[in-house]
Amino acid sequence: MKIAVLVKQTFDTEAKIILDVNGKISSSGVSLIMNPYDEFAVEEGLRIKEKEGGEVTVISVGGQQAQDALRQALAMGADKAVLVDQGEAELDEYATATILAKAISDLEYDLILGGFRAIDDGSAQVAGRVAEILNIPVVNVVTGLEIEGGKAVATRETESGSEVLEVPLPAVITAQKGLNEPRYPSMKGIMKAKKKPMDKKTLADLGLDDGKISAKVKALSFSLPEPRKAGKVIPGEAAEAARELARLLREEAKVI
Amino acid sequence: MAQGIWVFAEQREGQIKKVTFELLSEGRKAADQLGQELCAVLVGKGVAGMAESLGEYGADKVYVVENDALENYTTDGYTNVIAGLIKQYEPAALLLGCTVTGRDLAAQVAQRLQTGLMTDCTGMEISGDQLVFTRPVYAGKAIVKAACPEARPVMATIRPNTFAAVPNAKQAEIIKAEVGPGDVRQIIKDIVRQISERPELTEADIIVSGGRGMKGPENFKILEELADVLGAAVGASRAAVDAGWVSHSFQVGQTGKTVSPVLYIACGISGAIQHLAGMSSAKCIVAINKDEEANIFKVADYGIVGDLFEVVPLLTDELKKIIA
Ligand SMILES: Cc1cc2nc3c(=O)[nH]c(=O)nc-3n(C[C@H](O)[C@H](O)[C@H](O)COP(=O)(O)OP(=O)(O)OC[C@H]3O[C@@H](n4cnc5c(N)ncnc54)[C@H](O)[C@@H]3O)c2cc1C
Ligand SMILES: Nc1ncnc2c1ncn2[C@@H]1O[C@H](COP(=O)(O)O)[C@@H](O)[C@H]1O
Repeated sequence: MKIAVLVKQTFDTEAKIILDVNGKISSSGVSLIMNPYDEFAVEEGLRIKEKEGGEVTVISVGGQQAQDALRQALAMGADKAVLVDQGEAELDEYATATILAKAISDLEYDLILGGFRAIDDGSAQVAGRVAEILNIPVVNVVTGLEIEGGKAVATRETESGSEVLEVPLPAVITAQKGLNEPRYPSMKGIMKAKKKPMDKKTLADLGLDDGKISAKVKALSFSLPEPRKAGKVIPGEAAEAARELARLLREEAKVI
Repeated sequence: MAQGIWVFAEQREGQIKKVTFELLSEGRKAADQLGQELCAVLVGKGVAGMAESLGEYGADKVYVVENDALENYTTDGYTNVIAGLIKQYEPAALLLGCTVTGRDLAAQVAQRLQTGLMTDCTGMEISGDQLVFTRPVYAGKAIVKAACPEARPVMATIRPNTFAAVPNAKQAEIIKAEVGPGDVRQIIKDIVRQISERPELTEADIIVSGGRGMKGPENFKILEELADVLGAAVGASRAAVDAGWVSHSFQVGQTGKTVSPVLYIACGISGAIQHLAGMSSAKCIVAINKDEEANIFKVADYGIVGDLFEVVPLLTDELKKIIA
């Protein structure tokens, strides 16, 4: 079983967001992590490999620092990594997916795993777009996965419950929390990861140029939201406060 | 030239989702401003009867695609239909609700049509002659305005509760379209429906949420009683989910659901940044917490410093009196 896992490096969930002099989101001083949903994807890839045998390749589009996220995946147990550095190109989801699909089409794959959403500017579309480009089926927001006889049987979350879908392989599956508990890299894993292959590519190496990946969506402006202001703390004994709160919700906030 | 604003009319089991009416209401304004028509696309099995209700919220036309194989949503089936219709009629824009289905469908359709998609939007405006969308990013810590200047249709998914659903009665022209679901690779093996009398978390007007302060699963009963009085959904913090008190589908936050209710009542929740990420666009936030230093009070419109086991039942009683 050849498994490719899409891994994005994102800002830490605690990161404080500021704008730089150009009015764009500044990444200086921000600590970076592997997108939490991609950890589920890596873990699932490793579990399938452990059961079925095979190989797990982790792939990221990002700057050189994204090697850290890939190394983390290698330390968890992935076999090799591919990093495509987009250089100065401005990417949207269309562009990122085009690059990922090109990099993957150079590999052998039976299964592609990703997160259902990146927690930064993520929009829950890159993995699905990759499936569409490669002309393979996708199942999103998956919380349970079985691989058997060239098929994937995936349980996915819906708003009203869940559903179980079967798709032929190769397929793209995106992970939702609940799929598994990602392992922590062991000391030994971290040491081993240093020696595992990290294939660094440029867009030119993939035969892509700016024209082929020119973004469809253009960001026009960034801003920081008005911070919410603290409101009233309602004084008094519980009974009195509860009565006052009920009144305020109806008469002042007019929300009930 | 591409013409017309389209809204994907999401329905499930004979019910149009509220977000569809919200998108039609706002889409109506945009269509009028741009001098274009507003169309809804309704897909499913035996759904034609719902088409008229889409006119009641402003649709000029409703394209209806009926097929037994479209009874339940599948990624391929719906993508084939929607992308097929778009190729035929070439609309300028397609709006969908940012729901599990809307998100799934939008990404596939956008890629099939080689166009841009802005997801989880909380605003739409017209600038010049193009639609500009507002998206919270980095868990709501920044806001980006973005557009898709060239590729058509412009696509966006919009968070439920962003726009008001305003009736704007039109006699919609109903057009039966013949597009097949094609080859569907996702085979449905089972559908499990959680029977709930409550609204869905992401669409609810009011949410009552509990955190670690609830102390155990049995205590969520007092939140349910409050939710019953308000017709609210019940949510939870990750701490409550990780403790196994409620299922992950209840989780609100950066790695849970993003909600935009009119009223969010946080009980025994400290207000960690990852929790706020999922609910800070609520119009009114109420916090009930025994720690007056809790971060949640920094964002709450109304707070009560007290023991939730005492305050919540009292609040339920008070609201019963008012609402009854
Ligand atoms: C990558 C990542 C992603 C995350 N994603 C999410 C997410 O999506 N959603 C989320 O919620 N969290 C998320 N978290 C976790 C988050 O950081 C917090 O740990 C979590 O939100 C805390 O939940 P809590 O407020 O219920 O618990 P606590 O922080 O422990 O707060 C409990 C509160 O209850 C109060 N309390 C206790 N007893 C009572 C009582 N009797 N009456 C009144 N008040 C009482 C206490 O004063 C306290 O303020 C994430 C964390 C990480 C690292
Ligand atoms: N730059 C990237 N490099 C590798 N994988 C990515 C990248 N961007 C997105 N993905 C994958 O696509 C998923 C969804 O991302 P998004 O559409 O950005 O929310 C992520 O969880 C990753 O698995």
